[in-house]
Amino acid sequence: MSDAPYEIVIGLEVHVQLKTNTKLFCRCSTMFGSPPNTQTCPVCLGMPGALPVMNKKAYFLGMKTALALHCGIPKFTKWDRKNYFYPDLPKGYQTSQFDLPMSEEGYLDIQSTKDEFEPRRVRIIRAHLEEDAGKSIHDEVAGKGDSRIDLNRTGTPLLEIVSYPDMRSAAEAKVYMQELRLLLTYLEVSDCNMQEGSLRCDANVNLHIPTENGVIATPIVEIKNMNSFRSVERGINYEAKRQYDVWQETGKILGELPKQTRGWDDSAQVTRAQREKEESADYRYFPCPDLVPVVVTDEQIEEVRSGIGELPSGLRQRLESDFGLSTYTSDVIVNQGRALVDYFLELAATCGDHKLAGNWIQGEVLRILNDQEISIDEFKLTPSQMAELLRLVQAGDLDSSKAKDVFTAMLESGQSAADVVEDLGIERVDEGALEDLCRMLIERNQRVVDDVKGGNEKAVGALIGQAKKENPNVNPGQVRQICLDIIKNI
Amino acid sequence: MSLTRQDVEKVALLARLRFDDAELDKITEHMVQIVQYVDKLSELNTEEVEPMAHALDIHNALAEDELRPSLLRDEVLKNAPKHDGEYFLVPAVLGE
Amino acid sequence: MSIIQKTATEQLALLRSGEITSVELTQAYLNRIHQVEPAIGAFLRVESEAALTQAAEVDRKRETGEPLGKLAGLPVAIKDILCTKDTPTTCGSKMLENFVPPYNATVVEKLQAADAVILGRTNMDEFAMGSSTENSAYHPTQNPWDTSRIPGGSSGGAAACISADMAPLSLGTDTGGSIRQPAALCGCVGLKPTYGRVSRYGLIAFASSLDQIGPLAKTVEDVALLMEVLAGHDALDSTSVDTPVPAYSGSVHQPLESLTLGVVNQHFGAGIDAEIEAAVKQAIATYTSLGATIKNIEMPHADYGIATYYIIAPCEASSNLARYDGAHYGYRTDHAELVEDGTDEGPLVRMYRKTRSEGFGAEVQRRIMLGTYALSEGYYDAFYLKALKVRRLIRQDYDNAFGEVDMIIGPVTANAAFSKGEKTSDPMAMYLEDLYTVTANLAGVAGISLPCGFTKSGLPIGLQLQAAPFQEEKLLRAAQMFQNATDFHTRRPEL
Ligand SMILES: [Mg+2]
Ligand SMILES: [Zn+2]
Repeated sequence: MSDAPYEIVIGLEVHVQLKTNTKLFCRCSTMFGSPPNTQTCPVCLGMPGALPVMNKKAYFLGMKTALALHCGIPKFTKWDRKNYFYPDLPKGYQTSQFDLPMSEEGYLDIQSTKDEFEPRRVRIIRAHLEEDAGKSIHDEVAGKGDSRIDLNRTGTPLLEIVSYPDMRSAAEAKVYMQELRLLLTYLEVSDCNMQEGSLRCDANVNLHIPTENGVIATPIVEIKNMNSFRSVERGINYEAKRQYDVWQETGKILGELPKQTRGWDDSAQVTRAQREKEESADYRYFPCPDLVPVVVTDEQIEEVRSGIGELPSGLRQRLESDFGLSTYTSDVIVNQGRALVDYFLELAATCGDHKLAGNWIQGEVLRILNDQEISIDEFKLTPSQMAELLRLVQAGDLDSSKAKDVFTAMLESGQSAADVVEDLGIERVDEGALEDLCRMLIERNQRVVDDVKGGNEKAVGALIGQAKKENPNVNPGQVRQICLDIIKNI
Repeated sequence: MSLTRQDVEKVALLARLRFDDAELDKITEHMVQIVQYVDKLSELNTEEVEPMAHALDIHNALAEDELRPSLLRDEVLKNAPKHDGEYFLVPAVLGE
Repeated sequence: MSIIQKTATEQLALLRSGEITSVELTQAYLNRIHQVEPAIGAFLRVESEAALTQAAEVDRKRETGEPLGKLAGLPVAIKDILCTKDTPTTCGSKMLENFVPPYNATVVEKLQAADAVILGRTNMDEFAMGSSTENSAYHPTQNPWDTSRIPGGSSGGAAACISADMAPLSLGTDTGGSIRQPAALCGCVGLKPTYGRVSRYGLIAFASSLDQIGPLAKTVEDVALLMEVLAGHDALDSTSVDTPVPAYSGSVHQPLESLTLGVVNQHFGAGIDAEIEAAVKQAIATYTSLGATIKNIEMPHADYGIATYYIIAPCEASSNLARYDGAHYGYRTDHAELVEDGTDEGPLVRMYRKTRSEGFGAEVQRRIMLGTYALSEGYYDAFYLKALKVRRLIRQDYDNAFGEVDMIIGPVTANAAFSKGEKTSDPMAMYLEDLYTVTANLAGVAGISLPCGFTKSGLPIGLQLQAAPFQEEKLLRAAQMFQNATDFHTRRPEL
């Protein structure tokens, strides 16, 4: 917990690019990375006379997301124009939703795996559909030369998810973003690629500062351009300190200054005031006469709801309560996405030992995925191949270090666990023979016996090493246990 | 409802128009006259009336998410006052 | 009688029977244009070569027995507000002087599919804002009945080219009366269809919730013929309505039995010219003689139409015209002008403001200013929202009326064509020209204007019939009944 002399109050506005083939109001492609101005038509160019037609899929992906965020879906929703001039906005207005958004009043629960904060329910004010703007590329020296405009992205469908100012630390904001991204991934409504701008976040931040005269609030600042989870955290923390310094210097509180917009400069790690507009923003919202309202029925809403499937929060609970995984392990697995959860479920069912399956996935499997930067779909071993390996571990035929060797060999050769065990000459050592070996070693090592008797159980490690030299197939855990038992009885 | 020259200047900036002094006088006069006329709507009690934004009560005009060809870039840029063959060019967006 | 004096329906029959070719007909119109256009100025561009090529193609198709569309070989003039691929479309504005759309308006596609021959582009008030066609950035249009007078607007060119026999059919648009008022002042027939009946895709928007494309012609049956081609659902226009299109030209000659017409008392209040009043009352009497029942009806909010319209239309226009900013197409101020000008604005804002102030004419700027003001913070409720509510009341007036009567009958304008320049310095006087027409646009209902008399000085007078949404068929049949009983539509100006 922070011991700063203030509390940070944070609300987030997240823009999610919905996974459609075509734009919100025309049928141009939404593909990322095409040559500039090759994915445009009269509609998204804002040409005279061109008219928008709403993308049905975008609307229903929006509704699915809103329902997963526990939002209510009004039966009637409409589109409005937000008027302002900017060259990446060819119509001179952005088609968005103003007073009757497609969804309202939901929440997202967040918790910290690192105990950074208490679990919190972040309430959602609304999630509405709107179109994205294009891209402007500015000259290196601001104000000199022309700006270049690419309208490929213009009209891409976005869902804007607006939270209440319910978060109280940058860590909470970061986890909110991560949890939201995970949810969106499970819903398959967005690619959530932050580098490509398909998940973007603006934060409204101010401070509550206890003073002798009660708690004061600093003026609200909107931070833009935070394009990674890390920058969300750093941007907010930077801004909080900055606001505190400014308050100490000026004493200005909420209401005494207009809302300011600052951009996060990731390379300099600072927020900077964005150039003040020529006039205070007056967007002159009004209902778009070119689009008609959407009216939905309860049946349609229920149909979308029934297609949502299991979500991260529910899955975490299920892995803990039904599979006996630790909070940490279930968190790690669920946070990797639905495919890994499915892998786990299959492995757990096949091998029967849920905890063992969980630990292996959280440990070895994830290590490989991270090292090789691959997803579980590209992972070489099927759940049944993995299950064969884990059954050998369960049966005590393999100790954990051997099992890891076998696992590595399986990945390299693509062989089954049994074949690898045979190739490596790993044999199960008979328990009687193992006990004989241990007795022999104990007789040879009186000092170890003394140390153990003196309370230093670790000393038995020396015997394990010697046992391995005598027979590479011994299970170190077994050797340790047998030796300790014998010594205790001496 | 009073509408001053200063108000009109503010609106001109919002609308991205510019008037010289003589034009500003004239348009202020015209706007005052028109605003006075349309103010006759305030005679009507409309408290219980639903606003009507569309001429017809239609809804749910939705299109399938099916790709259609975009324009060729040459066609996109051919009407542009200034372009470099790839991008539209506009005077610097950021101030100096 | 020369071929160009015949109606489009008659010409179509001659084309079909092979008595004339489309090339001959098109050439006859081009000759007429050559002769009278200098005095009228109905066109912004005459596309002679393209028209003759199209006409020859239709003739070839007819000769080889290929299937032909409903308007095969008939010339049509198009208001310069409808986008046509690879053909300049200016909307009467300097702003779009060099604009060449890369796509076709849906109605243009429909005309092409119907094998119509596109003659050229008719003049209009800039961005359809005006009632006299004096707001064209290029030149004014003269009224063929008296060239010292205006033809009405904004579809002034569309109406003038019909009454001067420069085209048999033309397309106009009507946002507050822009088809009906010039049709009335030029003595031709003009139909404003129900909102949603004709696709707006490719119609350069003035006020999206009010704009409709419609036909103009010499006679009701010609209007029905063209309307049949224009009407229908379009998936590219979300506000287009998917209901069947009746065969207007087939049914237009069937008289309506038991027709009840409503007369609105407010239409004959102070301000209406005595000659207009007399002509319209005579027309009502004609209907009575044809067996129609006349009922007095109340439209309590009719007098609020202009005020409502002059809030809603400018509000929508201020947003619709924001796209003309010099960035992606259209006019941009000379770059040399963008040097420091003493203001604290950045280069982009200076470009925007100069471009728009130079590219738009005074009336367009006035309406953009009005709309921007009425939508701006602190004024939205008092103006825009209030107007939307009164719009509902006006619509309810219509609903109540159409519960009692089949159609509403009345004047199109309070006066006949006025002199050029008479109202240019008084915007409010110009706006009041739309007194009887704007309410149909606000309510979305259909309206038609047809000739019903002449003033002593020989200027045409229009009669307006309005019907409930999607009742164009009945509207046309009722109008045809009047035309069968009168000969006003047969008179042509001396030119
Ligand atoms: Mg937004
Ligand atoms: Zn497009």
